[in-house]
Amino acid sequence: MIGKPISRVDGPEKVTGQAKYAAEFNVPDLTYGVVVSSTITKGTITRIDTTKALALEGVLEVFTHKNRPKTAWFDMSYKDQDSPPGSPFRPLHDDQVKYNGQPIALVVADTFEVARYAATLIEVDYDAEPCETDLLKHLHEARDPESGVANVFKPLPPKPRGNSAAAYANAPVSMSARYIHGMQHHNPMEMFATTVEYGRNGKLTIYDKTQGATNSQLYVTQAFNLSFDQVRVVSPYVGGGFGSGLRPQYQLFLAVMAARALKRSVRVSLTRQQMWSFGHRPATVQNIRLAADSDGKLAAVEHEAIAETSQFEDYTETVVNWTGKLYDCPNSTLSYKLKSLDMYSPLDMRAPGGVTGVHAIECAIDELAYKAGIDPLDFRFKNYSEKDWTEKDKPYSSKELRACFTQGAERFGWSNRTPEPRSMRRGHTLIGWGMATGIWDASQVPARAEAVLTVNGKLRVSSATADIGTGTYTIMTQIAAELLGMPLENVIFRLGDTDMPLAPIQGGSWTAATVGSAVKVTCEALAKKLFKLARKMPGSPLAGADFDDVFFASSHIRLRRDPSLSVSLQAIVDQNGGRAISETGTSLPNVLKQKDYSRSAHAAAFVEVEVDEDFGTVVVTRAVSAVAAGRILNPKTARSQIIGGMVWGISSALQEESIMDHRYGRYMNHNLAEYHIPVCADVRDLDVIFVEEVDDIVNPLGVKGVGEVGLVAMPAAIANAVFHATGKRIHDLPIQLDKLL
Amino acid sequence: MLTETLPVANAPDALPATQPIELTINGQKRQFRLAPWTTLLDALREYANLTGTKKGCDHGQCGACTVLIDGKRVNSCLTLAVMHEDHAITTIEGLADSATGQFHPLQQAFIDHDAFQCGYCTPGQICSAVGMLNEGKVENKADQIRELMSGNLCRCGAYPHIVDAIQEVMKKER
Ligand code: FES
Ligand code: FES
Repeated sequence: MIGKPISRVDGPEKVTGQAKYAAEFNVPDLTYGVVVSSTITKGTITRIDTTKALALEGVLEVFTHKNRPKTAWFDMSYKDQDSPPGSPFRPLHDDQVKYNGQPIALVVADTFEVARYAATLIEVDYDAEPCETDLLKHLHEARDPESGVANVFKPLPPKPRGNSAAAYANAPVSMSARYIHGMQHHNPMEMFATTVEYGRNGKLTIYDKTQGATNSQLYVTQAFNLSFDQVRVVSPYVGGGFGSGLRPQYQLFLAVMAARALKRSVRVSLTRQQMWSFGHRPATVQNIRLAADSDGKLAAVEHEAIAETSQFEDYTETVVNWTGKLYDCPNSTLSYKLKSLDMYSPLDMRAPGGVTGVHAIECAIDELAYKAGIDPLDFRFKNYSEKDWTEKDKPYSSKELRACFTQGAERFGWSNRTPEPRSMRRGHTLIGWGMATGIWDASQVPARAEAVLTVNGKLRVSSATADIGTGTYTIMTQIAAELLGMPLENVIFRLGDTDMPLAPIQGGSWTAATVGSAVKVTCEALAKKLFKLARKMPGSPLAGADFDDVFFASSHIRLRRDPSLSVSLQAIVDQNGGRAISETGTSLPNVLKQKDYSRSAHAAAFVEVEVDEDFGTVVVTRAVSAVAAGRILNPKTARSQIIGGMVWGISSALQEESIMDHRYGRYMNHNLAEYHIPVCADVRDLDVIFVEEVDDIVNPLGVKGVGEVGLVAMPAAIANAVFHATGKRIHDLPIQLDKLL
Repeated sequence: MLTETLPVANAPDALPATQPIELTINGQKRQFRLAPWTTLLDALREYANLTGTKKGCDHGQCGACTVLIDGKRVNSCLTLAVMHEDHAITTIEGLADSATGQFHPLQQAFIDHDAFQCGYCTPGQICSAVGMLNEGKVENKADQIRELMSGNLCRCGAYPHIVDAIQEVMKKER
């Protein structure tokens, strides 16, 4: 089962409209909350008048900072599993406005139609203060970030080594450039929403859009001082996350607050415009200087990043360390700095930091290769790192990046490329071929799972993890089916419910490794338990056998030496007095084994662009991503993950950017018509190769997550292809036509 | 010091009454009491409990809410429920064969080609594809399909597989 291209097990529910997302649990007597957002960026609310709204028939209450119920006092109580150092934002806390679009009132009514109308009747006066939101104006004020628990998974840069300035000055070939990208917003297709069902004795069942039901539960219990058994969070389907659901968003707080105050069930859905009123990928400015000796060996590497954060939290990303992982240069200086601005805290967005840093370094490497007169692919072979100096020179647990380069180049036809810019044409359009490297963490964290052999001989496995489109349902079903030798249709995996065993938020591409390992140890434990019971059955053909003497296949435990001698799983439950047989298990990363290795997934992207010289339009006509990510549990769903990442790469390179009018600190294109993401016509021929990679160090399954690595290489590969087509180095993203004309 | 007030334009103090309406959805006649400004999308999701039709923007910018009205694809967020008393509305819940329960060929092809990840845009994509085929303008060419399916955003980026799924169905229907 493992490794087979099984169709998504949740497919039938998704194509028939039966899959239920957070705003779709139509519980009885539901009320509707609509959020009013601030229209200034910084200042004080001097008056907020809710009279007209309250006078409307059907309006139940309007919550503002003046009448909100009391919630927890300490900052600690508002922290979640993904909180950066600082003081988390508290909705409706006081009269202070900290960013544009901040929720300042919640109108609750009997119907959505009335609530939405009533929300337009709230009158607000502000004392506005000048705001600062433009990173480019404040680069000179950048400072070191505050570090915290978050940096365990997002390390800050290592200390410099060697003398990069001297090496740079003395080398025969060098380049320097500044790379800038603006803000981006996740914009999953499903808007954030929470449905709170107010049950007997005030017990809350919360249907929340989240990448971690347990994270939402933790947040609600702490902020509202409730016990865990009063709060159940359920989230079986999530209409995309991309990082936006890693932290509880404010609609969760508001819906719970209103439900408790009114003792009613409440749904709060954000509007598409309000999807710009919480975390984003921070605008980042990067300076790079590289130098090489005369044979094209890197002699100096300097990579500095300056990113924005809010005034209340130090959100950080790992931006520059990737450079150190990919290029093991003796003279390297990496640095990362922050500037606090009047905006909401940034938030992990698909391959946070990786897309940013790797775009810059992989464009810079291309430029240096050109200056050295070496093919960009050969240049990367010459400077291939065998160890990771950002992690004390540890070797990689596995690194088949060479195979990615070779197989990707072969499939793409890289050897037919003529190196000079503007040398390839198709009729009137310029053709460019570019490539770049991608890298992402291969992490694993602790998780729990439960496996139950039911009375009718089916296997039910569960863990409170999420499936944001990643394929979790499917791959966990495969792992469980394989371990207990059962057909897929008799195995059901469930997730997204805090009544299930604990699992962490779904992020960092770690779910396959983390929850997969938990499912593995749990199913193995259940297998042993079943075997023990089978051995004790009267007249058991397995009596006297050891666990190593048997295997599980076609819903039976069979003897290896004679597979016809077997006990069926159904017979075991039948023998168990008609009771199901269950086991729970916990998987912990094997730190002893992992600690001596740097663990990453790698990729290489090869891209062809067409550039229309008259109009400056760029189209990615084809691209190949070759990916080394350990064992691929399901090539079908994994391919979709990589293709999705590649589409995000096209988006990041050519299309998406949240544009802010810095005079007002307000986003000007906060809707899907003006915030461009690829449509069907923008995506042509995308190809994916999974290269063979064996890794028995990363985790017991040998898997590395594929949710992010497919994106990382793409923006640089596209920018490099644009250079090859046009001869222009465009350092800033997105590359839109004004930059090429 | 700056002061700003949210503009409230001639807001009426009372709202028009709700009114009874009858809609024909997936072949069934159903009665509702709705405020006249209720969109077809909200009527389906909040009043008819047909949540298969998705809200991705509420402004006609994403296609997640696509349904078929008399066989034509329409963004249900851009039209009011009261305008459709005389029309046949088909949603994703009504696409499978009602007698046999068999999936519409596009539903099966979407599963086979893994033409989605999170699944949130999927009902809209499928209804849109059905509508596109009904329009009869498209030959089985990838470019053309891509163009005519560009009203339906997919943030997961499942586009190549969506095109594959549609092409397969077109090939079979030849
Ligand atoms: S919800 Fe109707 S087009 Fe987006
Ligand atoms: S499948 Fe997630 S938006 Fe299309």
